[in-house]
Formats: sequence, C-alpha cells, structure tokens
Amino acid sequence: MQHPPGSPRACERAAGTRPVSTPARTETEAWPQSYGAEAQPRMGFFTDTSVCIGCKACEVACKEWNLVPEDGLVWSGESFDNTSALGANSWRHVAFVEQTTPLRVDGDGADGGDDPLRWLMSSDVCKHCTESACLNVCPTGAIFRTELGTVVVQEDVCNGCGYCVPACPFGVLDRRELPAPDRGGRPDGRVWKCTLCYDRTRDGMTPACAQACPTESIQYGPLDELRGRAAERLDKVVADGFAGARLYGDDPNDGVGGFGAFFLLLDEPETYGLPPAPRDSTRHLGGMWRGAAAAGAALLAGLGAAFLMGRDGGGA
Amino acid sequence: MTDPAYYGRPILKPPVWKREIGWYLFTGGLAGASATMSALARASGNPVLARRAGLVATAAVNASPALLVKDLGRPERFLNMMRVVKPSSPMNMGSWLLLGSGASTTAASLLDLAGVAPRLRTALESVAGFAGLPLSVYTAALLADTANPAWHESRRELPFLFAAGAAASAGAAGVLTTPSEHAGPARRAMLLGTAGSQVAARVMERRVGRVAEAYTTGEAGRYRRAAQVLDGLSFALSLAPGRRLRRLGAALVLAGSAATRFSVFKAGFQAAEDPRYVLETQRNPRQAGVGTAG
Amino acid sequence: MGSNMAEAHPVGFQWVMEARERGADVIHVDPRFSRTSAMATNFVRTRAGTDVAFLGGIIHHILEHGRDFREYVLHYTNAPVIIDEGYQDTEDLDGLFSGWNRDKGSYDTSTWRYAGMDVHASAGQRELGANQGEGAGHGAHGGGLSHGEPPELDPTLEHPRCVYQILKRHYARYTPEVVEEVCGVPREQFVEVAEALCRNSSRERTSSIVYSVGWTQHTIGVQYIRAAAIIQLLLGNIGRPGGGVMALRGHASIQGSTDIPTLYNILPGYIPMPHAHAHDNLREFIELNTSPSGFWGNMNAYTVSLLKAWWGSHATAENDFCFGHLPRITGDHSIYPAVMGMLDGSVKGFIVVGQNPAVGSANSGLHRRAMANLDWLVVRDLVETESAAFWYDSPEVESGELDPASIRTEVFFLPAAAHTEKDGSFTNTQRLLQWHHKAIEPKGDCRSELWFYYHLGRLIREKLAGSQEERDRPVKELSWHYPTSGEIAEPSAEAVLREINGWNQDDEALSSYLELKDDGSTACGCWIYCGCFADETNQPARRRPASEQSWVAPEWAWAWPANRRILYNRASADPQGRPWSERKKYIWWDEEAGKWTGEDVPDFQPDKRPDYRPPDHAKAQDAIAGNHPFIMQPDGRGWLFAPAGIVDGPLPTHYEPDESPIRNPLYGRESNPARQCFRRRFNEHNEPAEFPYVVTTYRLTEHHTAGGMSRFVPYLSELQPAMFCEVSPELAEERGLVHGGWATVVTARAQVEARVVVTERMAPMAMNGRVVHQIGLPYHWGSRGLTKGDAANDLLEVVLDPNVHIQESKVATCNIRPGRRARANGPPGRGR
Ligand SMILES: Nc1nc2c(c(=O)[nH]1)N[C@H]1C(S)=C(S)[C@@H](COP(=O)(O)OP(=O)(O)OC[C@H]3O[C@@H](n4cnc5c(=O)[nH]c(N)nc54)[C@H](O)[C@@H]3O)O[C@H]1N2
Ligand SMILES: Nc1nc2c(c(=O)[nH]1)N[C@H]1C(S)=C(S)[C@@H](COP(=O)(O)OP(=O)(O)OC[C@H]3O[C@@H](n4cnc5c(=O)[nH]c(N)nc54)[C@H](O)[C@@H]3O)O[C@H]1N2
Ligand code: SF4
Ligand code: SF4
Ligand code: SF4
Ligand code: SF4
Ligand code: SF4
Ligand SMILES: [Mo]
Repeated sequence: MQHPPGSPRACERAAGTRPVSTPARTETEAWPQSYGAEAQPRMGFFTDTSVCIGCKACEVACKEWNLVPEDGLVWSGESFDNTSALGANSWRHVAFVEQTTPLRVDGDGADGGDDPLRWLMSSDVCKHCTESACLNVCPTGAIFRTELGTVVVQEDVCNGCGYCVPACPFGVLDRRELPAPDRGGRPDGRVWKCTLCYDRTRDGMTPACAQACPTESIQYGPLDELRGRAAERLDKVVADGFAGARLYGDDPNDGVGGFGAFFLLLDEPETYGLPPAPRDSTRHLGGMWRGAAAAGAALLAGLGAAFLMGRDGGGA
Repeated sequence: MTDPAYYGRPILKPPVWKREIGWYLFTGGLAGASATMSALARASGNPVLARRAGLVATAAVNASPALLVKDLGRPERFLNMMRVVKPSSPMNMGSWLLLGSGASTTAASLLDLAGVAPRLRTALESVAGFAGLPLSVYTAALLADTANPAWHESRRELPFLFAAGAAASAGAAGVLTTPSEHAGPARRAMLLGTAGSQVAARVMERRVGRVAEAYTTGEAGRYRRAAQVLDGLSFALSLAPGRRLRRLGAALVLAGSAATRFSVFKAGFQAAEDPRYVLETQRNPRQAGVGTAG
Repeated sequence: MGSNMAEAHPVGFQWVMEARERGADVIHVDPRFSRTSAMATNFVRTRAGTDVAFLGGIIHHILEHGRDFREYVLHYTNAPVIIDEGYQDTEDLDGLFSGWNRDKGSYDTSTWRYAGMDVHASAGQRELGANQGEGAGHGAHGGGLSHGEPPELDPTLEHPRCVYQILKRHYARYTPEVVEEVCGVPREQFVEVAEALCRNSSRERTSSIVYSVGWTQHTIGVQYIRAAAIIQLLLGNIGRPGGGVMALRGHASIQGSTDIPTLYNILPGYIPMPHAHAHDNLREFIELNTSPSGFWGNMNAYTVSLLKAWWGSHATAENDFCFGHLPRITGDHSIYPAVMGMLDGSVKGFIVVGQNPAVGSANSGLHRRAMANLDWLVVRDLVETESAAFWYDSPEVESGELDPASIRTEVFFLPAAAHTEKDGSFTNTQRLLQWHHKAIEPKGDCRSELWFYYHLGRLIREKLAGSQEERDRPVKELSWHYPTSGEIAEPSAEAVLREINGWNQDDEALSSYLELKDDGSTACGCWIYCGCFADETNQPARRRPASEQSWVAPEWAWAWPANRRILYNRASADPQGRPWSERKKYIWWDEEAGKWTGEDVPDFQPDKRPDYRPPDHAKAQDAIAGNHPFIMQPDGRGWLFAPAGIVDGPLPTHYEPDESPIRNPLYGRESNPARQCFRRRFNEHNEPAEFPYVVTTYRLTEHHTAGGMSRFVPYLSELQPAMFCEVSPELAEERGLVHGGWATVVTARAQVEARVVVTERMAPMAMNGRVVHQIGLPYHWGSRGLTKGDAANDLLEVVLDPNVHIQESKVATCNIRPGRRARANGPPGRGR
C-alpha cells in the first residue's frame, strides 16, 4: 500500500516545512524584460473554491503575518461574512453565498435529499494581474512588479494619491484611513493590498494564507504548474456534477492578460462579487491621449476663432 | 439571490478623492485655457487681456497643486510624484505638466507686471500657452484611465467636455477681469465654450448608454442640471445689454463649468457604488456602448 | 453525526475533504445545515436528540436484511453469548429494562449479565448507587470470567436469549417509518444512508463514523456512542483501517486530561479512584476492580507502579505502597453537584483553571449565582474572564439581583501562561502525544500550570516539613523533585513526561507497559503512556515527515498505548489471522516467524497463535483466545450487548430529551429514567406548552468555546462580532422575526437576546403531522471581551447523562419573540 496522497503534506505542513516546488523549466518567466537574468518562474495562486470550508484561517494568517490592523467589529448579517470586501485592512476575504440550488446539479444522489441547499465559500485576494492597471497608473512608482511576477505596493513610497483605487478592475486597493502609529495617530493615508507575502516568497517560503489553508483551497506555486493543475481539477469537478464550475482568470487572453492569482468558481463570478469580464482600462490610454490631443487642438481652434471673429476691442 | 452581485456590494472601490479633486478639475482647465488665451491675446495685440488672462492662469495654476497636495493621503510625500517620468500614468504626466506650465505662467506674469524683459516674457507666455492646452484636457484622460464605468466608458467625449469647459471658464474669467472693450475674444470664447460643453455633455450621455444614469441621477444629476440652468441663464444674460448683467452672466458661466466638472466627478462615485454599472457594461458591452477590450 | 467537523476541527477535516475528492461518500446528519453540511456529499436534516432512533433504525436495517459481517460478528463480538434468563427488555417493560429501582432511580444491573456467571461491574458502581456512576464508567474491566470464554454460547445465533436475537427483538420496531416519525427524516433518505453504510462495509471496504459533542451532550449521550459501536461491530468496521467510531475531542489536550485525568473518579490510565468505604487496602481494591481475564488483569502492576511514581521510596510492599495515601471519594463529586453545593453553601471554595463556567457551563446563570455564594474563588486564566469578573460584570449585577458590595466571595485572579509560552505535550483525538516547545517567555506574572503546581506543592511541603500529623504524610512523602531552570525557576516538562513514562530500579526509562511489575520494582505515572520516553528520548517530539516513512507514519509523535495507531487491530485479520482482504491488509499472523506482523504495532500478544485457546484459570491476557481481538474486555469480544459498566441500560434505546416538544412515540417512558436531574430554584424545568420550539447550541470556527481565547482577540472577534440565532424563514414568519433585527430566546431559566439570522439552512421538521421548529444558537458569547453578548448557556437546565455526568446542552425547549430582552425590571434572563 503506497502513501495516501496528501499524508506527507499533513506532517510537513504541521512541521511548517512544506516545500514550494519550483519546476525545472517554465514558459512563463516573470518579466524578463525588466529582470533579465534574474527573471524567475512567475509565481501565483490557484484558489480552488470547491474545497474551501470557509474557516477564514487565510484571513487571520494574513493579518497576523502582515500586521494588518483589525478594522471594526461590524456584524453584516450577510451569511457568515463579516469581512464583506477586500480593502486596505483585509487582503484576503472569504465570501459566503447561500443558495437554494442543489449542491450538485446532476442530482446523482448527492443532492442533500430534501435540502437543495448549497453554501458557496470562496477566498478572494488581489489578482496580481499580468496587466495591472494599478501599477500602470501609479504616479510615484510605488507599485512595482517583483522578480516573481507579483504586484507589490512599496509602503515607503506610496503618497496616498489614490489613483490606483479606481484603476483596479477588482476593487482590491483602498486607502487606509485608520490612525497610523508612525504619524502620531493621524490617518495612515496610504493604500494597502496583498503583497503575495513578498517577504516570504522572496525567500522561497509559502505565503501565510496558503500555509494556513487546511484544505489546500489556496495553492501557491509556479503559474504554469497551477494552470495545468487547475485544468485537470476543473474536469474532475465538472465530472462530479458541479455544472456551474469554471476557471476564472486562468486565460492569458482575458481583459487583464490573465491573473497571477486565479480561481476555480462554482458559479458566475458576480455571485461572489467578482467582475464578470474585468478589463485593464489602461489598455486604451493611447486612444485617450489621442482624444485629449484632439480636444486640445479643438480648444486651440476655438480660442483662435474667438480672437479672429469680430473686430471689436481687437486692440488699440 | 435578489441582490445584484454580492449582497449588492460594490464590485469596484469608489474613488477616495475628496472635493479638492473636483475643484482641481476646474482650476486646471481654467489655468490651461487662460494661459493659452493670454498667449493668443499677446499675439493678437491685446496686452490688456493678455496680462489679465495671464494673472488668472497664474492664480489658478498655483491653486491647483495646493488642492492636489491637500487631497494626498501623505501630503509630505507630494514630491514622490516627481520620482519618475511615467507616460503610462496620466497623473504623473499631469504633475510634470503642472510644474512646467505653473513655472512658465507664473514667471511670465511676474515679468509682465515688472514690465521687464518683454522678449523672454513673450517666449514664456507662448510656452505657457502651449502647455495650457494639455493642462486643460489631460484630467479627462486621468479619469478615463480607470476601471470606473462612468469615467472609462465616456473616455471619448470627456476630453472635449473638459476642453469646452476650460474655454468657457477662461473666457468668463477674462470677461470678469478685463475692461469690456478689451474683452471681446474672452466673451466669444466664453460663449463658444459654454455651448460646446452643453453639446459635448449631450453627445456623451447618448453614447455611453446605460452608464449615462450615473451622470443624470443623484448628486451628479443635480450638478448636471445646475450646470444646464446656469449655462442657459448666462447665455441669455451675456447677450443682454448692460455691463452688470453681462458680468453676472460670466460669473454664472464660471459656476456652470465648475458644476459640470463636479457632475463628472460625482458620477464616478455613483458608478462605483452600484455594482449594476459594472455588471451591465461587462455583461453586454455593445448595448452599453463599450468596445470590448477582451 | 453530532459533529460540526469542518467548523470545529478544520485542520483534521482536510482528510475528510481528501477522502471526498477520492470518491468517498461524506454523509452529514445534523439538525442544522452547517459549513460541514456544505462540504458533505449528502446532508440529512434530523431532529436534535433523536439519533438513537436513527442509529437503531440502521441496526434494524442491518439485522433485517442480514447485512451484518457474519464471520466477524460470530468470533469478534458477543452476539452468540446467552444472557441471564432474568433479563427483560424495553419491549417487555414499555421502555424500562429489568432491574429498575424506582426509589433509588437507578438500575440493578445483575439481570443483564451473561448466563451462568457474573460479569460484575467495577466496584465503584456495584457498591454505590450505580446511577451516580462514580465508577470509572468502564466496567469492562470488571467481570470474573474463570477463563476468557463466556459459559453459554450459541454459534448458530438461534437461541432466543443470545445477544443476536435480543438485539433483533430490541430493534424490531426501529423501522424506516419509525425513524421518519421520530427524527423527521424522510424514510427514503434514511434507507439511502443505511444502504450506503452497508454497501461500504465488507472485507474490501470499511466505513467510519465520526461524532463529537452533538452526541455526547445528551441525557443518553453514552447510549448514542454505544449505538454507533454496535453498528460498527455488526458491519466489521472496528480494528480495521478506515473503520472505527471516531470521537473528535475538544480542547487541544482534552484527551490527555482524561488519560491523566482531571476527573474526580479516575486515576491516571483509567484506574478507578478508590472509594472511602469500599477499599481499605490495595488487595481489596484490586480484586474488586479487576477481572482475572483481559489486560485489566494486570491492574495491580499498573496501580503499584503508579504509587511508586508518586511516593517513591516511601512506597513499600509493607505499607501497601502507600495505597492509604490516595485520596478517596465518597459520592458523586462531579462539577454540577459541586456547584449545587456552592448554591447551598456546603461548598466554600472553588479553583477554576482553564475553564469559564460563567459562560461555558449549562445554566451559566446558576453558576454565577453559585460563585457569588463562596468564601473564596481562584481563577487561573489568560484573561479576566466572566468567571473572574462575575462579581462586578454580569447580567445579575446589571439587573441589580447581585450587588458587588454584598457579594462576599473573595476572588483571586492568577494570570496563566499560554501553550506558546511553555513546553509540554498535547494528546489529541487520535491518542497522539505531540510535543510543543516554548516559543516565547510568559509576560509579567503569567506562569505555566507546571510552575504553579510545582511551586505550590513545594511551599506547602516546606510549611508541613515540621508536622508530625498523620494526615500530612501523603504530602510530605510525595516524591516532588523536578529540575527547574531560568530566572522564574520553570520546572522541566520533560522530567514530568519521563515520570509519566516510568523507570525501573536502575532508573532506566521503561519502554512498554508489559514491563510493569506489581512488586514495586517499577514506577510509572500512567501505564497507558508507558513507552513515550523509551530509550530516554522524548518520543512525542518526533516530527519525521510521512514522506520519509511508512503510510502509517509511526514516527510522527507517539500514540498510546505502545505507539499503536489503530486499537484492537488484530480484528483487521480473520479468525485464522489472514487479512480480510488485500485491500484492507493491516495486521496479520506470520506463520514462519510465529508472530503477528503488519503495518502497525499489533494490539495483541505478538506471539499468541490465532488458534490459541486459554487453559482453565489462565489469567489476564493469557485468558483471551487467539481469535478474540478485544483484549481489554474480559471475554476478548466486542460488546454488542453491555452486561456491565453502563448504568442506564445494556442496549441503546430511544428516549426523548429531558425537554422535548413531543412525546416519545416508541415507549411509555418519555426520557432516560436514569438521567441525573437537579430540579430546584434557578434550574426550573420547561413546561412543554409554553415552550414549543427546540433550541440547539453549537460552535463557530471563528470563536472558541466560552470565548476566553477568541472574544478577547481582535482578529477573531471581527470575524463573528455578534451573538446571533439561526431560524428558518417559516419560523421567522410565524414569530415575526426580521433578518438582521433582534430576537429574545426564552426558557424557564433565562432570556437571551441575539441578532436574527433568517436562513434556509434552518428548516422546520415535519413528523407525522406535527411541525417542529429548531433554533440554532452559538454559545461563545458573554459579557466581556471585544465582542459582547448574552451567553446561550443561561438558557439551559442542568440535567445530566448518568454515566459520565455530561450536561444536555445540545437540546432543550424554548420560546422566541422579536426584540431585545427586558433589562430594567427583575433579574435579567429571568421571568418571561
Ligand atoms: N473553532 C472551534 N473549534 C473547536 C471548538 C470551538 O469552540 N471553536 N471547541 C472544541 C471543543 S471543546 C469541542 S468539544 C469540539 C466540539 O466539536 P463539535 O461537536 O463538532 O461542535 P458543536 O458545533 O458544538 O456540535 C456539533 C454539531 O452537533 C449538532 N447537533 C446538536 N444536537 C444534535 C443531535 O441531537 N444530533 C446530531 N446528529 N447533531 C446534533 C450541532 O448542530 C452541531 O452542528 O470542538 C473543538 N473545536
Ligand atoms: N451550550 C453549550 N455549552 C457547552 C458546550 C456546547 O456545545 N453547548 N460545549 C461544552 C464543551 S465540549 C466544553 S469543552 C466546554 C468548554 O467550556 P469552558 O472550558 O468553560 O470554556 P473555555 O473557554 O474553553 O475555557 C478555557 C479557558 O482556559 C483558558 N486557558 C487557555 N490556555 C490556558 C492555560 O494554559 N492555562 C490556564 N490556566 N488557562 C488557559 C482560556 O483563556 C479559557 O478562558 O463548554 C461546554 N459547554
Ligand atoms: S487586482 Fe487590482 S490591485 Fe491587484 S494587481 Fe490587479 S489591478 Fe492591481
Ligand atoms: S496611492 Fe500610492 S500606490 Fe496608489 S497610485 Fe498613488 S502612490 Fe501609487
Ligand atoms: S499572500 Fe500574504 S499578503 Fe497576500 S493574502 Fe496571502 S497572506 Fe495576505
Ligand atoms: S483557509 Fe482555505 S479553507 Fe479556510 S477559508 Fe481560507 S481558503 Fe477557505
Ligand atoms: S485550532 Fe488548533 S487544534 Fe483546532 S483545528 Fe485549528 S489547528 Fe487544529
Ligand atoms: Mo469540549
């Protein structure tokens, strides 16, 4: 009898020594254009919501490791979700969706008898977009692309201009208004988001949330490897009768060039509060500059006309 | 589930910007167009208007950074804007633009007041005049370059709306500050601009589809209607005989173009707070008048 | 069943998810649709407090359709054993077994014994009102079989008084129809579950049943688990990989705290606590508590070694190894009777360590009032809990019923160090001892338990040093020498572990309980833990990854007994010692080597041949035949029918909870006749008419029990920041409750307010015409911490299971109305 899959995982996780596999060869290198020789395999997350048990260990582990402040004891009444959204003070957010849809749509016995109930749980996080609007619009260069292909805000550079906030197509970033110790209690004023635990991943460690996740709903690893795993996983989940199952953000040709942190969902993205077809709006910047140029020209023309028309008060 | 999206919660984050940014949209346009008007006045041999417009531009262009800095989460880090030159960031470009046009405009006015170095002054005026054009419209790109449906979907029309508004406000400022015998061009700029901004707004509302609601309802809608009334009135007044009424008309134009900027500013908040805007623009881009971008 | 594993044991639940992904059916039977139900392949909604009917139905299904694992049942269980002719079943006595003594409110169990002999219960139970259950509650180690075989057996299972036939009769009426009527589970759905279980239990396959406190916290809690054991024995699912009845235990080391007990009626290793009148000397004590056959036949060796560990050189054969030094019990000293004593003024002092009864114990209001009636109270905790602050911060003080000025209890709060601040071991659900190392020094005055008790003992001994009093000898003669280190003189936890493991005369660590002697030559603090320090190494500290060892992972920590991962694993082979199947191969007899071998440490004498038959008057394990795996039992058989050791019946029988909105559809008897009640002021009983609804209480992943470890922690409090109640849309409609608003839950004991959660995860149950609404309440809240709320426990009556004195906190009746509870007038949480 050989190892039941996963039992090494248990012990190694328990011992905190679970290794992060790094493949020999990889298609997706992380931004060789900027990192050249130092470019490494692009690392990311595959969040498989079909095995999420909604324990929120990811939320707590994230806050513990990254010293993210507690942000209010607000009871939402929205199922078991009292975190409500990603933001400056919640870098992981577990969504809870109660549905009166059978657990499995193929009704093969596994439909919970008289209770056609389904309770979806999904841990959301910054998508670490291939084309990240937040990074593109940041005027200070506070947001940068790491050698692992992740997107990180440098807290010592961000001046809180807030431009990245409306730029993010997922509403991930937000400004922290809580008092900051280093500013004598004045609002912190900077934006914060998931760093993909840069201070851990840089040293080959697993991010805190993935490390804490008991069911491996959060999987960290080289992006191609994750995409491969996700495709197989989807086949199985669909075969198991979860008709609505789909991958979200795995496609390099989508509106943001694919997510560095993508998902397996059991229902429409919007059900979980995710945009159905997110787009990196900065793709149109060229057009916008041209539009602005045209408008500038029109302005010049208009003003010019104002001077040419009529002779009155022309001059002395 | 009856709620749209997730318990009706926003999919996007509403902007964190405060009123200062709304005002900046106004002062930036005012400064830019005034600088250009000043340069043109100089060229068309209207030194009186040139000086007045130059001073308006100087005032506005110097007010702008103040407004921006005040809105920053960490004002002490304002200079970080100048850490990099980043064409992919309209705000970064804007910062450089503001620096350039601020410096040239202010210097030109000072020289004009001191009445020295006329050649250098004229040169600076023309620099400021050119910088004024992008300065008065780049904020449109700045807003449009976000995921916010109201701003992004109107990316084609916003620059023209802002350009027209800039002309109108600059013209109005000219009318208010300049003896009427020298203010002819300003008055015409004002009228053209006012008309233009109303036209641009209408076109925009038609072309952005359902997103138009974000502009026509709520606080944005109220600003929008205020702008219509103000522009309308001012139009009438400025044609009316009598300096007083005309000056009043000009004042209303200033208010009107400010109101237009605020309706755009507020529309962004409304479009983010209600997830329907995102869902509609993304579920059926065509009907929402949006080119699919993947 | 009766477990919310995904929420309460999330880390362990990863294996259930793993199994589900590998094709296993995961069936969750629960009154509520919880996060666990969401993960299950099949959810069955049941009425709280009716599982015995459900499980009885499964037993009926197995016997009715001959689905039992016959060969296993014949040889490994007591199915063929013939029972005393005096035995009468609940079928004959309308819900009572023979031997009921109405005046004592308890059973005389003598008619439940095996025919032709007397399987006597442990002395504790035999001599004193058994319903008080002071005995260690595992009378299995009573039972004087002259040799391992019961006198009268019928291998054909035909004899009307053989266990198999008795079982058949007893469960004859537990049909799918009755299950539907009692539990509210549609019969088709029930049959589906029963079939799934049978289908998946055979030579090739095994099923396991997981339970937790959804089963134990009932007035017939022990019988719930017995019923599961019967099913698993009938299906051959015990002692085999993938089988078993899995108890998911609570606090990190709650298993450890029963092995090395914090219970009043047992000594380490489940040796019963001697009784004041019954046990004058060691010999008597041993005789009355051991059976000559089975491993308990060595209890003298275990007991003597324990005495040697405690009193060292003072313990000699001459002085009975200081047996006289052991404390004695005189009755039921369990916590609830003790609290009643506080109310009555007979108990004057109370030391609360690692507990928060003012929130966590059933009828917490009664506990607060009891604590207000003490001379002194000591609380050792991480934070100032409700139990430490009750005298100035509690609903009673808020309402004016209690006045801080007039409470005369002197309260001492002693800050404790948390597990991260000290070395030590946790014994988990799987009997695995896992070592944890100190990560940081305790802050300020915080001290570990070890530090506290060691230095307390040291100081007391210093004070008594000069005393000549006889009564002080037990303390003076204790061997109380533990190395300490650091500026706070922290005692060495490893030294304690080594003492628990035990040593021989030459002070060498023992390696197995088989080495224990009754002549005083060995010392051992807990016989079942013997070997945890073998080879002078801390075995629980082992952390070898499974990838570097066999799939059983024997080198990950250490499991008691003898690092055995599956108990009774001899049952994984057939009577001849061959694996039941290749797929389920685990332990088997190796003829060449002449010993048992396999993946795990055999739970059997290594060289006992499968065909071994005990000679007459063989003793202890030698009295057990080679084809009987259940070596702790006097007859080596798994007990379908319990002839001894259980005080409220040899077979599980459905009784309604102490408080139930409906009458018992099965018998004239409403509730467990032997249950332990305390009818008195502050502990009133609900009249059904006024309280039409069922309330059940449970846990949330985000909080921990009475909240001391979660309500004071921001990162946890923000995840569940308000006490709430879960109700079905139908009940909300009926009572005008609004989602997000407030509701007040009312019982005869108290009123408790909570935010309203209207959810389809709760649903009314229809049982023959009658609709039963169930209300769900998490029990984590109290008046202190970052998130405050009423304590669900204020609502509950103290009423206990007679075997183990566990409160019925999983089901009661109540009423509910919209709005917040009354504050101003009258004691809050009281009146209606
Ligand atoms: N996060 C977290 N984990 C914990 C704890 C905690 O407080 N928080 N506590 C620890 C402790 S001390 C313990 S003991 C364990 C307890 O672990 P569990 O027993 O799993 O916890 P509970 O949620 O109290 O109860 C389990 C389930 O029993 C159901 N139930 C109630 N009555 C009945 C019934 O009559 N029949 C059936 N079939 N089900 C019923 C409840 O609806 C609930 O879903 O958890 C441990 N783990
Ligand atoms: N209604 C209802 N009531 C229940 C239950 C239920 O399901 N429903 N469940 C029951 C169960 S299973 C249990 S286990 C009980 C639990 O109820 P309690 O044991 O009364 O409550 P806890 O919060 O677990 O108390 C443990 C305390 O120990 C403290 N502590 C932690 N570590 C240490 C330490 O190292 N030393 C010391 N001195 N203190 C420490 C914690 O801060 C905490 O305050 O509740 C029971 N009550
Ligand atoms: S999700 Fe938003 S914040 Fe994260 S990388 Fe993409 S754009 Fe930036
Ligand atoms: S808020 Fe900070 S991170 Fe965001 S765009 Fe401005 S400077 Fe960059
Ligand atoms: S990767 Fe790190 S920062 Fe990002 S969510 Fe996980 S724990 Fe938080
Ligand atoms: S830790 Fe894993 S299982 Fe738990 S909520 Fe987060 S993603 Fe889900
Ligand atoms: S709290 Fe500790 S014991 Fe409980 S599930 Fe999590 S890891 Fe396991
Ligand atoms: Mo527990």
